[in-house]
Amino acid sequence: MATLLEHALDRRNFAFIFMMMTACRPAFASEIDDYAQHRAALIEEITADVRATASYLGRRALDPRVLAALGEVPRHEYVPPRERFRAYRNQPLPIGHGQTISQPYMVAVMTDLLDPQSDDRVLEVGTGSGYQAAVLAELVKEVYTIEIIEPLGRAAEQRLQALGYTNVTTRIGDGYYGWSDKGPYDSIVVTAAASHIPPPLLEQLKPGGRMIIPVGSHFLTQHLVLITKNRDGTLQTRQLLPVRFVPLTGKHD
Amino acid sequence: MIDACMDPTSSEGERLPIITIALVSAAALAYEVLLMRLFSIVQWHHFAYMVISLALLGYGVSGSFVSLTQQWLLARYTSAFCANLGLFGLTSVASYLLVQQVPFNPETVLWDWHESLRLLLIYLLLAVPFFFAANAIALTFIRFRGQIAHAYAADLLGAGLGSLSVIGLLTLVLPLSALGLVGALGLMSLLVSTWELRLARRALWSVLTVAVASALVLVTQQARLELSPYKELSQLLRIAGTDLVTEISSPLGLLSVVESKQIPLRHAPGLSLMAHHEPPAQVAVFSDGGGMTVINDGNAEPASYHHLDQITWALPYHLFSPQKVLVLGAGGGTEVLQARLQGVAEIDAVEINPQLIELVRGRYGEFSGHLYDQPGVHLHAVEARGFVATGAKRYDLIQLPLLDSFATSSAGLYALNESYLYTVEALTTFLDHLTPGGYLAISRWINLPPRDALKLFATAVAALEQTGVADPGRHLILIRGWQTSTLMVKNGAVTPEEVEAVRQFAAARAFDVSWFPGIREQETNRYNLLDEAHYYRAARALLGPDRRWYLVEYKFNLTPATDAKPYFFQFFKWETLPEILALRTRGGMPLLEWGYLVLVATLLQALFVSVVLILLPLVVLKRRAAQQNATHKRRVLVYFTAIGLAFLFIEIGFIQRFILFLHHPLYATAAVLTGFLVFAGLGSAYARHLAQVDRHRVGVGVAVLGIALVSVIYLFLLGPLFAHLMAWPIAAKITVTLLLILPLAFCMGMPFPLALDLLGRDAPSLIAWAWGVNGCASVISAVLATLLAIQFGVHTVILAALALYLLAALSLPHRGLHRANQLRH
Repeated sequence: MATLLEHALDRRNFAFIFMMMTACRPAFASEIDDYAQHRAALIEEITADVRATASYLGRRALDPRVLAALGEVPRHEYVPPRERFRAYRNQPLPIGHGQTISQPYMVAVMTDLLDPQSDDRVLEVGTGSGYQAAVLAELVKEVYTIEIIEPLGRAAEQRLQALGYTNVTTRIGDGYYGWSDKGPYDSIVVTAAASHIPPPLLEQLKPGGRMIIPVGSHFLTQHLVLITKNRDGTLQTRQLLPVRFVPLTGKHD
Repeated sequence: MIDACMDPTSSEGERLPIITIALVSAAALAYEVLLMRLFSIVQWHHFAYMVISLALLGYGVSGSFVSLTQQWLLARYTSAFCANLGLFGLTSVASYLLVQQVPFNPETVLWDWHESLRLLLIYLLLAVPFFFAANAIALTFIRFRGQIAHAYAADLLGAGLGSLSVIGLLTLVLPLSALGLVGALGLMSLLVSTWELRLARRALWSVLTVAVASALVLVTQQARLELSPYKELSQLLRIAGTDLVTEISSPLGLLSVVESKQIPLRHAPGLSLMAHHEPPAQVAVFSDGGGMTVINDGNAEPASYHHLDQITWALPYHLFSPQKVLVLGAGGGTEVLQARLQGVAEIDAVEINPQLIELVRGRYGEFSGHLYDQPGVHLHAVEARGFVATGAKRYDLIQLPLLDSFATSSAGLYALNESYLYTVEALTTFLDHLTPGGYLAISRWINLPPRDALKLFATAVAALEQTGVADPGRHLILIRGWQTSTLMVKNGAVTPEEVEAVRQFAAARAFDVSWFPGIREQETNRYNLLDEAHYYRAARALLGPDRRWYLVEYKFNLTPATDAKPYFFQFFKWETLPEILALRTRGGMPLLEWGYLVLVATLLQALFVSVVLILLPLVVLKRRAAQQNATHKRRVLVYFTAIGLAFLFIEIGFIQRFILFLHHPLYATAAVLTGFLVFAGLGSAYARHLAQVDRHRVGVGVAVLGIALVSVIYLFLLGPLFAHLMAWPIAAKITVTLLLILPLAFCMGMPFPLALDLLGRDAPSLIAWAWGVNGCASVISAVLATLLAIQFGVHTVILAALALYLLAALSLPHRGLHRANQLRH
């Protein structure tokens, strides 16, 4: 029964998205089919790409639910119209205001490292286009997301509402102090560049919770920092290269 | 304006427009330097380098263009000359303003090659002004081929003055206003030409030119610099409540000061995860839109400074109580504040940009708690290495904090920048200035896989060995947080008490220890977990018999930088490239050290365009008439390519040596560039006499011999000489530098005009082509010299130049060879 209901909801979602799109500009069903096809191809590509990396990141394989979530979220809705033609390429894209939407591969890896569970509550600092929040919303119970750049935050809020994400709450403002009245959180994503990790965010992490921080420039994520809060409240940090790469060529005896 | 020029009063009594040539050369060179500045501000330095190199191919395009159209253009020389001058002035400003409208971000090319079409558009737009300036000069060479040496001398002297004047301009006005003034200078050359060429109605056209020039200046006053939205400054200004309160320009960089009214800046890179306090209020200062440094509120609650004890470079203060501290790269003063809070009695702080010091003292004097005027704090507006090398004072602690921003550092964008702060010789100098038991502390950003910290470790080991330390491992401490690392080098052996203090300091802040004497692997890699203990293992390997093996096997270049190869940030290895390219879409893209690859890409593009530009006139001209035989053309090609390459090889090679002597990059570049151009101009003027008595071959022979002799002497002499004169005052050092450049540059000024003069007599139709060949070779030369210096060192660049000059001497086109061939046919 549940699956039937879900199915119905999905269909309604789809119809709703379709209506939104036609309201904004003339669109053709074939175009939407194209997007769906491209999205499927992208997911296939990422699946192949992460297979090797997953074990390197200390995981057996990437959670299929994460890939399924990526397959659900229409990335072309999160990029400016002029970038839509390449929305399903595995690359970061500019979204205006000096910000970018991450490379889907990187979104997959980061989301997977958070180990999202269906009853999780997640905080995101740096909403950007809202894409990462949407991917998380497919997987967890509640997503709270804060954006410091007002026009970006407003656009993301409208977009997420229009796409029917009722479990994402957005806010415009300074992410340094997190969102304490909604916390603590099972995971926190800090995508906004910060010179250091704000101590209040660490406090809002549940014991056993995880925080992920991509380090690098807007178009090139150099590495990921994964912080885990142990049951006793102590922190452990892992620095991860999101690629299977060993810096030494040979083994020496 | 073009019409004004259509009325040459006389073609016979025409004088060589020597002042015009000097002015247009001055404006073109000033424009080139200014473009470099503008692009470093709105984009990034490495990218600026590529764009301007490619734009300079405008000279090559001009050579081909004039080759093909010379008959038509020469028939109306005056109009063509004036038109090109006017167009140069106008397009110098217009091109840049148009380029600002092309949205381009270098990183996106890595993801999508289509983006390179925008890059192409930028090249094309910026090449236009250089094309017009070069046309004017090339046409003059042909028109006045009897006085080529004279014209070339004016060209070089003008360029020399241009390089000086742009430095003056950048001190007085903001970069965009300087652009307007340089455009106006270009138009002034048009004004002067109307008088030099005695045009009709010149008074009227002078007034018009002045009016247009004023308009250019006004336009740039109104225009705004469009920074890339991804630059640090643009990013901060997006945040509500931030305010760009002032901008201060100097040739050292454009300082932009940002205050944030609503949301505090909270700049504390490398902060421990254990820290709980927020930094005090801060004001941000950006240099060229990046490299943010902060001025801290000096009157805040003591707890606000807690963060200064929670970073990796707080470690020295936990090992001992230094009384004399030297901060290299003081910036907004964070490390000076840190030292004061630790109770240091005597602090020397070096900051290269005097305007930044003035900012902390003046406008933010009260805010900073008069930090730079506190008793015991001494500020020095000089270059860091030079300050240490020329001083006699010794310090308990020399702090070299994070000097660059993470974004540029992590992407390998500094690969092309010489840095004399992180070479083996630099570290040796620093160690020489430590009191017994004193420490040198150098902090770097963490990157993954590890690069900076490991190369620095290798450099410190080499420096310690050079100072005669038998067991370098006993003098070193390396710790790392999640974001930064600090390496400490002791003048003496690290004691067990100090080791214990390191352990406690690190554990309390969740920093990892990676090296100290007696360390065990189990102690390392505990808080910021890497897949293995890379830092510890690298340190162990670099200290032991495995060093050579490790340097070969590591996939990035960790070989210590030296003064002869001062490229600390060059981590690229060709062997690793295929693997990284294969991992491109799987998160491997950031592993590309693309600062170096940009340089290679620049060379390839320049080579491709050059070949097309050089061959094009040959193919077309061949169809028109077989005027010159193939041997002759081949000799012309080889000769002008060789001297075009060699001139800049020598110049770039020696600039590096002189930077080390003069230390201040600004003084060094200004003195060396101006010196080379002006003295080469004198050489060219002298060559005119040789040409008049038909002694071209002798002239070239003597010049090449002179260059070879002086260069070889300098290769051996400069090191000891500079060491001896290091402590002299800067004015005396500049004089010595100029005297040393004089004989070398004088000889270097001769081969080009002598050979052009020969062509003027035998094959004037080849003059423009030779000019184009030389233009292309110069562009390739600048890029190739840097690549060679990175790979083989500066000496190799100079030796290669000598070989090229020799090749040139051997391939100088024979006098009369061409005529004899014509007769035979």
